[in-house]
Amino acid sequence: MLEQQLVNALSLGCVYALFALGFTLVFGVLGVINLSHGAIFMIGAYAALQAVTKLAFPLWASLIAALVIAGAFGFVIDLLILKPLRKRNAPHLIPMIATIGLAIFFNNASQGLFGAENLRFPNEVVPNEQLHFAGVQISVLELAIVLLSFALMTGLLLVMRRTQLGRALRAIAESPKAAALLGINVEGLFYLTSTVAAALGGVAGVLIALYSNAVFPLMGQPMLHKGIAVIILGGMGDIRGALLGGLFLGFAEVMSVAYIGSTMRDAVAFGLLFLVLLLRPQGMFGKVLERKA
Amino acid sequence: MLKLTQVSKRFGGLSVLQDVSFDVPAGSVFGLIGPNGAGKTTVFNLITGLLAPSGGTIEFDGRSLVGVAPHQITRRGLGRTFQNIRIFKEMSLLENVVVGMHAHLTYGVPALLFSLPGFRAQERASHAKALELLSWVGLDHKASDVADNLSYGDQRKLELARALATEPRLLLLDEPVAGMNSGEKVELMALIQRIAQRGYTIFMIEHDMRFVMGLCQRIAVLNFGRIIAEGTPAEIQSNPAVIEAYLGREDDEAIAEGAR
Amino acid sequence: MEWFDNFWAVYSNLVLTIGINALLALSIWLTLSCGLLAMANAAFMGIGAYTASLLTMNVGAPFPVALAGGVIAPTLVALAIGGPTLRLSGVYLAMATLGFGEVVRVLILNAESFTGGALGLNGIPQQTQWWHVVLALVVVLLLLWRLRRSRIGRAFEAIKEDGVAASLMGIGVMAHKMLAFALGAAIAGLAGALNAHLTFFIGPSEFGFDRGVDILTMAILGGTSGPTGPVLGALIVTLLPELLRGFKDFRTMLNGAILVLIVLFLPKGLWDPLRFRQWFARAPRKPAPATVGER
Repeated sequence: MLEQQLVNALSLGCVYALFALGFTLVFGVLGVINLSHGAIFMIGAYAALQAVTKLAFPLWASLIAALVIAGAFGFVIDLLILKPLRKRNAPHLIPMIATIGLAIFFNNASQGLFGAENLRFPNEVVPNEQLHFAGVQISVLELAIVLLSFALMTGLLLVMRRTQLGRALRAIAESPKAAALLGINVEGLFYLTSTVAAALGGVAGVLIALYSNAVFPLMGQPMLHKGIAVIILGGMGDIRGALLGGLFLGFAEVMSVAYIGSTMRDAVAFGLLFLVLLLRPQGMFGKVLERKA
Repeated sequence: MLKLTQVSKRFGGLSVLQDVSFDVPAGSVFGLIGPNGAGKTTVFNLITGLLAPSGGTIEFDGRSLVGVAPHQITRRGLGRTFQNIRIFKEMSLLENVVVGMHAHLTYGVPALLFSLPGFRAQERASHAKALELLSWVGLDHKASDVADNLSYGDQRKLELARALATEPRLLLLDEPVAGMNSGEKVELMALIQRIAQRGYTIFMIEHDMRFVMGLCQRIAVLNFGRIIAEGTPAEIQSNPAVIEAYLGREDDEAIAEGAR
Repeated sequence: MEWFDNFWAVYSNLVLTIGINALLALSIWLTLSCGLLAMANAAFMGIGAYTASLLTMNVGAPFPVALAGGVIAPTLVALAIGGPTLRLSGVYLAMATLGFGEVVRVLILNAESFTGGALGLNGIPQQTQWWHVVLALVVVLLLLWRLRRSRIGRAFEAIKEDGVAASLMGIGVMAHKMLAFALGAAIAGLAGALNAHLTFFIGPSEFGFDRGVDILTMAILGGTSGPTGPVLGALIVTLLPELLRGFKDFRTMLNGAILVLIVLFLPKGLWDPLRFRQWFARAPRKPAPATVGER
C-alpha cells in the first residue's frame, strides 16, 4: 500500500539524491558536466567490495574506504584533465567530452580487472533485519541508507549556507573571475569540489550496491542517466534541486513499477526529464541564464 | 526617425529605466550620455529587441519595434555595435563583414546547391561590397586576416564595417571609442563624420565628452534611468542638472582635498 | 581483380560500415557547426532504422521508399521537438537531447508489437549495396560543402560564435538552428536505414547513449573544422577495433583513452587546416618563383 511504497521510495530517492548531489556540485561550481561521475560511483562500490572481501574491513570502514578512494579519483581527474582544460578556457562541451572518454576508460578497465559478472557483498556483512513500525516495513539497511544520506546532505547544505566556505563556493558558482578578484582561492576550491563530489558519488555507489546487492562494471551508466534526469528536474547547479529531484524520481519510479509495470521504469525518468525540459527547462530551482565567466 | 515614448524597464523589483522619451531625427547624429550604470546600454537592448520594455513605446519610422524579433529589427534598417565588441573572432575580417549582408542575399537553396549564376553573382557582389566597407574603415589590407588577431581599435572599426554591411538607415553605436587612445579617437571621429555625411542617421552612447560634443547635433542625458536633459551640445553643457550628475563627484574631491 | 574480389568478400561489411559511420559523423558535425551539441542523432538513426525496416518488412515497400521513410520520420520528429528544445543552450541542450535519446530507446524497447522490443527486428532484407552508401555519402558531402560556401553556412558559423550578434546581423537564429537540427536528423536517419538493411538485424540497445558517444567521438577525433574531419574520424573509429583485435578487452578502454587524449592535446581534432598551415609556414622556404605574381 501507499505508505509502504513511500518508504521504499525514500531510500531509493536518497541514493539518487546523493548521487545527483555530487553531479550538481561539479556543474554548479566548475561549470562542467562530469559524465565520469557514474564511473566514480562504480569505483566507490568496487573499492568498498574489495575492502570487505580482501581486507576484511567492517562495513562502516569500507564505506570510508570508498569515500576516500572515490574522492582521490575525483581529485586526480580534476588535476590531470579538468584543470588543463580550464587553463585553456575550453568551451563547456569539451570537458564533458573528456569525461565521457574517462568513463569509457574506467568502465572497461574495471571490466578487465574484475570481470563483467555481478559481484555481491558477502551475506554476513549486509544487515538484513527488518523493522516494523506504523504498519510499514523497513529494513535496517534501508534505514541506514536514509539516515546516512540525510546526514551527508544536511552537512553539505549547512556548509553551503552557513559557512564562509559555502559562500565562497556560491560566489564561484556565480562568476569565477569575480570570485578570484575577491581573493577567493578558486583553483583550490575547484579541487575541493571535485574531490568532495566524487566522494559523495562513491558513497552512493556503495549504498546502491548494498541496496540492490549487485556490483558490476557498468553500474554507473544507468545511474548517470538518472542523475542527469534528477539535476534537470531539480535545476542544474542547485543543491536543494538535487535533493528534491532525487526524492521525486525515487518516488516516481517506485510508483510506476507498482502501478504500471517494471519495464517502463527507466522511461519514467526520461519522460519526466523530457517534459521538464520542454516546459520548464530550468527545473525546480535552476536559472536559465548561463553563468558569467 | 526613432521615437521612444515613456519607455520603462524593470527587472523584478529593480527599476532600471523610467519614463524615457526622446526623438532621434533622421539624418542627425544623436548622443546618449550619462554616468556609468545609468541604463544606456539597456536602452539599446530595448531598441534592438534583445529585451522587452516593461512599458512605453518604441517606434522606428512610425512602426512599433516592441515584440519584434531582433533579426527582424535589423532587417528594418537598424544596425548596431556593442560595448564589449562582439565580432566573430574565428572568421576573417572579410567574412565578418559578409555575414552582415546575410539579410540582403536572396538566393534560395536550389541556387546555392547548384551554384546557379544568381548565387554566384550575389556572392561576388557581396564580397566586393564587403571589401569596400573595409576600405571605408581603413582595414581592407587585412581583409583575409583572422579577426582575433586585430588590435582593439581595429576590432571596433571592424564592428562598424560589419554594422554598415547590414545596410542600416539608423546606426546604433555603443561606446564606439571606449578603450582607444586619442589618436584612434580622432581617426574614428572623422570616420563617423564621413559616414554621417553619406546619409546614415547615427545614435551613439559614449562617455568621452569631447567626442560626443564634437560630433552630436543633439544629446540626451540619462541619469539613474531617467532623462534629465535633452538638447544641443551647448545647452547640455550649461545645464545645471547635467553638471551636477556628472561633476558632483568633483565637488566631493574638492572637499576631500580641502580637508587634508 | 581477383585480389579485389577476395578483399571485398571479407571486408565489404567493414567498408560499408565506414561509409555509414561517416554519414553519422557528418550528421553531428552539421549540428556542431551551428554551435549545437545535440546528442540525439543516435536516436534519430534508430528512428530511421526502424521506420525503414518496418516499411520493407511489414509493408513490402521498395527500397527507395523505405529509405525515404527512414529520412522523413526522424526529420519530422526533429522538427517537432526542435521548437522547445533548441531554445536551450550549451549544456542544457546536450542534456535535453541525451534525455530525448534515452526516451526514444525506452519507447522502442516497450513498443514490442511494433519493434520487437528487446529482441529487436530480425531478418531485414539485405538490400544495401555499396553504391547506395557511396551515393548517399557523395550527395551529403556535396550538400554540406555547398551549404558552407553560402550564406547559410556563414550564418551557422556566426551563430556558433555568438548567437546574439548573429541575430543582429539579420540572421534568424532559431530558423537556422532548426535547419541544422532537422537536416542532421535526416542524415542520421538515412544512415540508420542503410545500416539496418546491411546488418539485417537491429535492436534498441544499438541506438542509445553508447552509439551517441561513438558518433561524437568520430566527429571530435577527426576534427570539426570542415566535413573532412568527421569522415576521417569515422574511418579511424571504425577501423580501430579491427586493428586492435589483439588487445581484446582493452579495445574499448583504448577508445576512451583516445577520446581523452584528443580533447586534451588536439582540441580541434586530427584534421585541422589551421594547424597544417602553421606547419607549412614553418617549413624551410623554397627559392622564389621565377615569375613574379605567381600564387
